[in-house]
Amino acid sequence: MQLAKVIGDVVVTRKDDNLTGIKLLVLQPIAADGSNAGRTLVAVDAAGAGVGETVFFVRGKEASFPFYPVEVPADAGVVGIVDRWDLD
Amino acid sequence: MQIARVVGTVVATHKHRKFEGAKLLLVQPLTLDDQPKGIALLAIDSVGAGIGEKVLVVIEGKAAGDALGRKAAAVDAAIIGIVDAVEVDA
Repeated sequence: MQLAKVIGDVVVTRKDDNLTGIKLLVLQPIAADGSNAGRTLVAVDAAGAGVGETVFFVRGKEASFPFYPVEVPADAGVVGIVDRWDLD
Repeated sequence: MQIARVVGTVVATHKHRKFEGAKLLLVQPLTLDDQPKGIALLAIDSVGAGIGEKVLVVIEGKAAGDALGRKAAAVDAAIIGIVDAVEVDA
């Protein structure tokens, strides 16, 4: 899993049937110090996240597990909204 | 998933049987300001995308196989949607 900031969303009308009703978010991964790290990506939302929130997301087919038994064709998914994180 | 633009079609007569009937498109990944980023890749199309359209591409084997609707297909990328709009706040 990785930390990211939700910076936008994607509107997709014509899509795979198994994506129906699923929100798509644009994520900017962030490093432990909160700085941008790596390229932006689109993820399915399994946590009810919105623009401006800090979240954590999972990469890979596991992104579709929250929607089981629907086989959602996703390779990244938001699975939690981060309240805060602390560094030593 | 990545946002990409469809830049070409791929014709391959001789291919693994799991690819039979599948449409193969060449897609160029884009940054959020629509600049090409990285090298173009081949993706299975399951939504009826066409050249020039902006699409959502899943780049993961199992998910691409699900989009194709075939188990254990040797695919690693698939177009799963056609992008109407990207709204970015940052």
